[in-house]
Amino acid sequence: MTRYDAARKNVLEKLSELGMNVYLQMYRGRLPKIYLPSRSTSNIKYDERLKQYVLGSEHVERSAANIRHIKSFTQLIWVSWFASQLIREGKSCSLRDLYYTSLNYPEFRFKNQKESDDIITDLESILGVPREDFKISPEERSSIFGDLTIEYTVPPSHAGRRVNLLSDPDGKNIGMSIATAEFVDCGAEMVIVIEKGAIFRRFIEEGVYEKFKAILIDSAGQAPRFTRLLLRRLKEELGLPIYILTDADPWGMHIANVIIHGSANAAHIKGLTTPEAKWLGLWASDLQKYRKLPTLPMSERDLKRLRELRKDPRYQDSFWQSEIETFLKLQRKAELESFSAQGLSAIVDKYLPRKLKEVSG
Amino acid sequence: MEERFRAISAADFFYRNREMAGFDNPVRSTYTICRELLENSMDACESGGYLPDIYMRLRYVDGEALEIKVEDNGKGVPRRYIKRAFGQVLFGSKYTLRQTRGIFGLGGKMAVLYGQITTNSPVHVISSTGGMERYSYKIMVDIERNEPITKGESIERNHGQWHGTVVKLKFQGDYARARAKIVDYLRHVAIIEPYSQIMFVDPDGVFYFFRRKAERMPRPPLEVLPHPQGVDVETLRRLIERFGQGSLIDFLVESFHRVGRRIALKFLRKTKLDPEMDVSELAKKEELIPKLVKAMNEFDGWLPPDPSCLSPIGSDLLEIGIRKELRPEFVAVVQRKPSTYGGHPFIVEVAIAYGGGVHAPSQGEVNLYRYANKIPLLYDVHNDVSMKVIRKIKWWRYKISPESMPIAFFIHVCSTKIPYKTVGKEYIADRPEVEYEVEWGLKEAARKLKLYLSKKRREESLKRRRAALLKYLPHIARFATELCGEKKIPDYEKLVAKEELKVKTALQRLA
Repeated sequence: MTRYDAARKNVLEKLSELGMNVYLQMYRGRLPKIYLPSRSTSNIKYDERLKQYVLGSEHVERSAANIRHIKSFTQLIWVSWFASQLIREGKSCSLRDLYYTSLNYPEFRFKNQKESDDIITDLESILGVPREDFKISPEERSSIFGDLTIEYTVPPSHAGRRVNLLSDPDGKNIGMSIATAEFVDCGAEMVIVIEKGAIFRRFIEEGVYEKFKAILIDSAGQAPRFTRLLLRRLKEELGLPIYILTDADPWGMHIANVIIHGSANAAHIKGLTTPEAKWLGLWASDLQKYRKLPTLPMSERDLKRLRELRKDPRYQDSFWQSEIETFLKLQRKAELESFSAQGLSAIVDKYLPRKLKEVSG
Repeated sequence: MEERFRAISAADFFYRNREMAGFDNPVRSTYTICRELLENSMDACESGGYLPDIYMRLRYVDGEALEIKVEDNGKGVPRRYIKRAFGQVLFGSKYTLRQTRGIFGLGGKMAVLYGQITTNSPVHVISSTGGMERYSYKIMVDIERNEPITKGESIERNHGQWHGTVVKLKFQGDYARARAKIVDYLRHVAIIEPYSQIMFVDPDGVFYFFRRKAERMPRPPLEVLPHPQGVDVETLRRLIERFGQGSLIDFLVESFHRVGRRIALKFLRKTKLDPEMDVSELAKKEELIPKLVKAMNEFDGWLPPDPSCLSPIGSDLLEIGIRKELRPEFVAVVQRKPSTYGGHPFIVEVAIAYGGGVHAPSQGEVNLYRYANKIPLLYDVHNDVSMKVIRKIKWWRYKISPESMPIAFFIHVCSTKIPYKTVGKEYIADRPEVEYEVEWGLKEAARKLKLYLSKKRREESLKRRRAALLKYLPHIARFATELCGEKKIPDYEKLVAKEELKVKTALQRLA
C-alpha cells in the first residue's frame, strides 16, 4: 500500500467515525453534539519534545441544540461529507472552490470565505490531519526545481505518470499532486529553500542544482503547507538535509523558524514541521562578517517584531537568542539581493559554499 | 400725590388677568374655549348620571370670527340659574368639597367673556332639565358690575323631554394653529372617558368621532366636609359664620370631615381650648382664628380623609379607553390605594401601554398622557411631577427604554384639591406624597410590562429555535447518514416534536 493509500484510508475512516457519532446521537433521539479541541490562545502550547506548537487538552462543545451553533454544525457536517466525496472520487479543490460550492445550499451557505476557512480548520482539528489530506488546499504559489523523479498519485488522470523536476526551468508549482507524489529516483544530496523567486531563478541560472547537487525550492514568503509537508517528506523519506536562505531581518528569520518549528495557526496539526532543517542565512552575525554587504536601517516595525520573537518559545535556544540580540544591536537588515553589489554570481560563488561548510561542519 | 384705590369686580379682575385662565393669545384661547365648554358639558352629564353624548362644532362666521356650538345631554341648568351661571363670574356649583374638573366654575364664563370682548356678541344658551319647557337666553356680561345682561329670552316646548344644554358663542381665534392641540385634547378625553361619545366638526368640515366603548361610568364622587388638616383661615371664618351659635366641640364635629367627639376632645385638650366655649366668641376674637388653623393643621390625631369623595376611573375603564384609542399590544393598569397630602385625599392611577398602535416617541421625548380629575393636561409636561418621576426611575431594571421603545405612560391624579403649581392648571407640583404614589404606580406597571416582554421574548426565542431545528436538522441527518454509510436517515421530525413538547412545557411554566 502506498503512502497515499494509507493516508486516504485513514482520513476516510475518521470522517466515517464522525458521521457515525452524529448519526447515532440522532438515532437515539438526541440533538447531536461534537467536541473539538479548543483553538483559543490559552490552549495553544509549545511542545518541547516535538519542537512545535500543539493544542492542549481543552475542548469546546458544538451542539445542534444551541441555535447559535446549529448553522456552523450543519456546515461542518456538510464539509465532512464533501471531503469524503472528494477523496472517494480522487478529486481536490481549493478553499475558494469550497466556498463557492456551498452557495448551492441556501440554508447554510457560507457568508464569505473566512467562514468556510474556519470550518475547514475545525475539521482539521477534529480529525487531526491537515486539510491537504482531505483534498482541500489553498492556491499554490511555491515552486520546486531539481533532480528528483516523482510518480503522481493524484489526480487519477495523472496517477502513475512520472516526471523529473529538472524538466521545467521555471520550476514546478508545489501543489497537492507533487506534495503527495511518490519519490522514485533522486540525484540530489540536499535541499535549499529560498525565500523569494528572484534568487530562486538566479540559483537555477547559476547551476546551483548541479554544482551543489541540490533541489531548489522557492517558498515565496512563508512556506505554504504543501511545501512544508513536502520538505518534511524529503527529509524523512530521502534523508536529504534541508537548508533555508532568507533575508537578514525578523521576517526572513521567521520563515526559516516556521519550517523548522511550525506555526501557531497550525498548532492543531502535526506532521508539517522539519526540526532538522537548518537556517543557512542571512544571519545577523553575517552582517558583521560580510562587512562589504550593503545594509538598510531597521524600521520600528522590524524592531517590535524582534522583541516579540525574543519571547517566543520557538526562539529560546542560544543560537536564535544571540541572532536576535545582534539584530537589535546593529539595527540593520539586508536582503539576499545585496550580494549582487559584488557581482551577480557572488552569492553562489562566495557566500553559499562558505555557509554550507559552516553549518554542516 | 395720593394714590387712588378702587375695588374692581370679579369679572373685571379676570378680564384684566385673562392670561391666567388660558386666554393669552388667539391660538391658546381657541383651545381653552373648546376645552372649558366641553368640560362643563362632561360635568353636567356625569353629575346627572347620564353617559355623555357631546357634539361640538366650530365654524367661521362673519369673515374672521369663529363660532362654537357645544351640545350635551347633561342634567341641564335650572331656569333661575341660567343667567347667572353664564353671565356672572364666580357664580357656580363648584364650591363644595368634591372632586370636579374645574375648581371655581370659572372657565365657562371666561369663554363667554372672551367671546364678548372680541366680537361684542352675546352667548346663546338653550337648556332644559327634562321638563315640559326649554329655555333660550342670549346673555352678555356687564364687566364693571359683574352682572348678566339679558339680550333675548324665550321659552319653547320641550319635545321628547330633552335634557341638556346647548351653548353657542362667537370669538376671535385661530383654529388652524390650535387644531393639533384640540384634537390631541379630544383624544386624551376619549381615553380617560371611554363611556362618553364625542363628535366634533371642525371649521374645515372634518368630522372627528370618538365612539363610546363602555356603558358604565365611575361611581360619582360624594360631597364631604373639609378635612381639618387642610383648612385655611378664610375657610374657617366662613365655616364659623355658617355654623352660627353653639359649642366649639359641636362646631368641630359638625363642620369637619371625620371628626368625632373623642377626637375633637383630644384636640381641644391639647390646644387648651374649652370645648363648651361658644363659637361666636371665636368670631369676635380675630387673633384666635389663625392660631386655631395652625393647631388644626399641625395636630396629628385626625383620621385620614375618606376617599369616597374621589371618583377614580378604575382599572377596567382606563384599560378600555387606552385600548380603544391607541390599540396597543399590551396594557398594564395600576390603581394605587387612596393617600392624602395636607388633609386632601387623592388617588393615583397609572397605566403603561406597549406596542401595536403606540409608536416610539420622537427623539428625546416620552409619550406621556397626564390627567388631573379626568382633565387632560397638555402643557408644561417637563415641569410635571410625572415627568420628574419618569426621569428618576431606572428603567433598565425593567428592561424598558421609554425613549426608544413604543411605550406610552398614563397618569391620572384625582383629588379634592389637585396640587397645581400655577394658576394655569397645566401641571402638577411635586408634592412628596403624590410623587411617591406616581413612582410606585409606575414601577408596579413597569413590572407587569417587564414580565410580559420577557415572556414574549421567550416565546419568540422558542419559536426561532423550532424554526432553526426544522431548517438545519434535515441536512445534518442526511449528510451524517451518507458520511457513515448508513441507509436509513434518522427521524429528525421526532426530534423536533420532542423539542416542541419541551417548548410547550416551558411556556406553561411561564404562564
